[in-house]
Amino acid sequence: MAEKTVRLKIKRQLNADSSPFWEEFEIPYGPSMNVISCLVAIQENPVTRSGKKTTAVAWECSCLEEVCGACTMIINGKVRQACSALVDNIDQPIVLEPMTKFPVVRDLVVDRQRMFDNLKKVQAWVPVDGSFDMGPGPKLKESERAVHYELSKCMTCGCCLEVCPQFEKDNDFMGAQIISQVRLFNFHPTGAALKEDRLHSVMGKGGVAECGNAQNCVEACPKEIPLTTSIAEVGRQVTLQVMKDWFLK
Amino acid sequence: MSDKRIVVIGGGLAGLMTTIRICEEGLPVDLVSFVPVKRSHSVCAQGGINAALDMQGKGDSPWEHFDDTVYGGDFLANQGPAKRMCEKAPEIVHMLDRMGLMFNRTPEGQLDVRAFGGAKQKRTAFAGATTGQQMIYALDEQVRRFEAAGQVKKWIGYDFQELIVDDTKTVRGVVVMNMNTMKLETLPATAVVIATGGPGYIYGKSTNSFINTGSVATACYLQGAKYANGEFIQIHPTAIPGSDKDRLMSESARGEGGRMWTYKDGKPWYFLEEMFPAYGNLVPRDIATRTIYDICINQGLGLDGENKVFLDLSFKDPDELDRKLGGIMEIYEKFVGDDPRKVPMKVFPSVHYSMGGMWVDAETDMTNINGLYAAGEVNYQYHGANRLGANSLLSCIYDGFVTGPAAVKYANEVKPASDYDALAEKFLGQSEKLFEQIYAMDGDENARKLHQEMAKWMTERMTVVRHNDKLEELEKKLVELRERWNHIGIADHSKVLNQEAIYVKDLQRMMELARVLTVSALHRNESRGAHYKPEFPNRDDENFLKTTIATVSEDGPKISYEEVDTSLIKPRARNYAVDKHATETEGEDK
Repeated sequence: MAEKTVRLKIKRQLNADSSPFWEEFEIPYGPSMNVISCLVAIQENPVTRSGKKTTAVAWECSCLEEVCGACTMIINGKVRQACSALVDNIDQPIVLEPMTKFPVVRDLVVDRQRMFDNLKKVQAWVPVDGSFDMGPGPKLKESERAVHYELSKCMTCGCCLEVCPQFEKDNDFMGAQIISQVRLFNFHPTGAALKEDRLHSVMGKGGVAECGNAQNCVEACPKEIPLTTSIAEVGRQVTLQVMKDWFLK
Repeated sequence: MSDKRIVVIGGGLAGLMTTIRICEEGLPVDLVSFVPVKRSHSVCAQGGINAALDMQGKGDSPWEHFDDTVYGGDFLANQGPAKRMCEKAPEIVHMLDRMGLMFNRTPEGQLDVRAFGGAKQKRTAFAGATTGQQMIYALDEQVRRFEAAGQVKKWIGYDFQELIVDDTKTVRGVVVMNMNTMKLETLPATAVVIATGGPGYIYGKSTNSFINTGSVATACYLQGAKYANGEFIQIHPTAIPGSDKDRLMSESARGEGGRMWTYKDGKPWYFLEEMFPAYGNLVPRDIATRTIYDICINQGLGLDGENKVFLDLSFKDPDELDRKLGGIMEIYEKFVGDDPRKVPMKVFPSVHYSMGGMWVDAETDMTNINGLYAAGEVNYQYHGANRLGANSLLSCIYDGFVTGPAAVKYANEVKPASDYDALAEKFLGQSEKLFEQIYAMDGDENARKLHQEMAKWMTERMTVVRHNDKLEELEKKLVELRERWNHIGIADHSKVLNQEAIYVKDLQRMMELARVLTVSALHRNESRGAHYKPEFPNRDDENFLKTTIATVSEDGPKISYEEVDTSLIKPRARNYAVDKHATETEGEDK
């Protein structure tokens, strides 16, 4: 019997400015393989299916347990993490592509800095006075804590933005990732000190009003964060803020 | 603003906390990380953080926490730093809570706590089973505040190469590489903090990420920094073996009541409960691991004849499991395909943590190179011969409180370098030369295959059970592999994010560090904590109650020893079959 193999088709790009091209690979199969171990196998032997010598495919990874968000890519047309994509559960050839909403650095590596920059714009933090000893934090109801813990699991992976029809490479829309963080920090008893600032930062261009309600984000989120609920909640908060601003004019 | 700047290498928990403390003390920080800091390996920590908050009114105290830590570490931890860490712990948990970390709560809305290994008191605060991730996020957010205010400059996608050190053995900067352009640059620094975590990737498959190469610590070692207690590598008892890495199944599974068993004579055998009645499933990791190893390897009682035993939570309330252990339930389901709420999980030990690391001063976390500090897993403080679960997150944060202010104090006092530019030029040239060499490599050796060979040898000989003859063979093998490194051929000559070239550089350093760990183990002829030699089955306080120090030399690591601070708790025999006798009382401390 021929040795069992895994076939992959990978969209490659040498640098930010060059054109993409496709390469196919065929590697030995092993039990409990995931897309990461396929990419490692290509590193060990960077030769295409037709026997041409090539270079290893560049990709990002860190935790390999789907808690860091690094290895996000498009696998068989669906954006997800490569670590939790098990070979036994997906069709072959396994087609790998870089995310399309962020600039490509090389091969499957994209630059997602925009997401981190947006966290700055909405002041996604709790404004504590400092790290010195000031006694316990605010009491929280376990039921409310559980809801907001879900929001806090956002890995900044960008799946929600990849599938969003409104989020484009060169526009200002911040997208579900940021809006959900606004909800998280507005909820926190101390974080709420910056609530008005945060709402103002998602009020104008690129803000929550630009959401087209396609609801793709909530489907794509690997952590099952209730993103559409967050968008609705922040939308409501923004509306109230607009009225408040108007009355205080 | 002053022209003094502190460079922090690594954006995991220790790096971020150190950055916050430096900013609070008024100096600017250059934070260097080859991954966006939110993707650092600290996200993999699951179970929680220890602090004697006595949330359940059972008389817990920082002293009890300290005693558990020292006893659990088989008395090799320096007691001064360990005690200070345990004393600071409640304050640290409150700080994280104030920063918005979503810790689980009691019905009253107070912090909930759970049990962990090597302790009789419940003192582990937690956020589901993703406490490390939540903690990274909380600190990342605070660092982003300082970044927005212009006090922190992040160098993301930059890879540390080497220190810039002058002839007074004082650090003056670092050489880093922009990985996207493969261009080497120098960053001047008044002080440098290394916070780059552990070296698990040396072993190939471990619970660590691929990024945990130990490369930065090794570079510092090769430049003269001392490496302490390298032989003490923690093997976590419960991981799921995988094709790329082994995935941790947190000790908190047992903290929440999980039971370990296998079949013996056709019936379930709860081996930890039977062998260690006082602590049961919550014995420290070194002991649980040796027991599982013995059951599978020596007694052949692994499940279906394989190297696996059960970690069972299937009898627990599924809603409670989701609330308290959701993160690991999800990992097991996604990566194994079975539902741990319904069937017991199958696990086996895996390389997890390094108790050893860069030698640092007990008061300041400064290494033996002036102005060079080490914080978090990368240093050797606090854990002795075996780390207790949920003490690692604590030590990362506590180190930030020690290192940050100490580095600022040093930076405010040190005189500037006499001729920085020439010095920087010299070290930049050295790093450039190394990469020229790597880019020109056209030999027959395959770097990945060399790594696999090293990993296999290290996993077989430098984990749970160690024999001197096998360690000697291992050292020879590592020398051979290091020589064969020169004959690697590389396929990728690109100047854009060339991961192969970077990996080849890191592989050389992993081989150097593997040798440090091995030689350190070879010299320690006793059994203590995670270091177990059947030829020397007992702890030998007379000869080995001391810290191993490895120093670089022409002929490999040179070993010397340093006294351990045992001024507060007198070493006593370690026996988890019976209740820990609190032989020390707080009174003796005063």
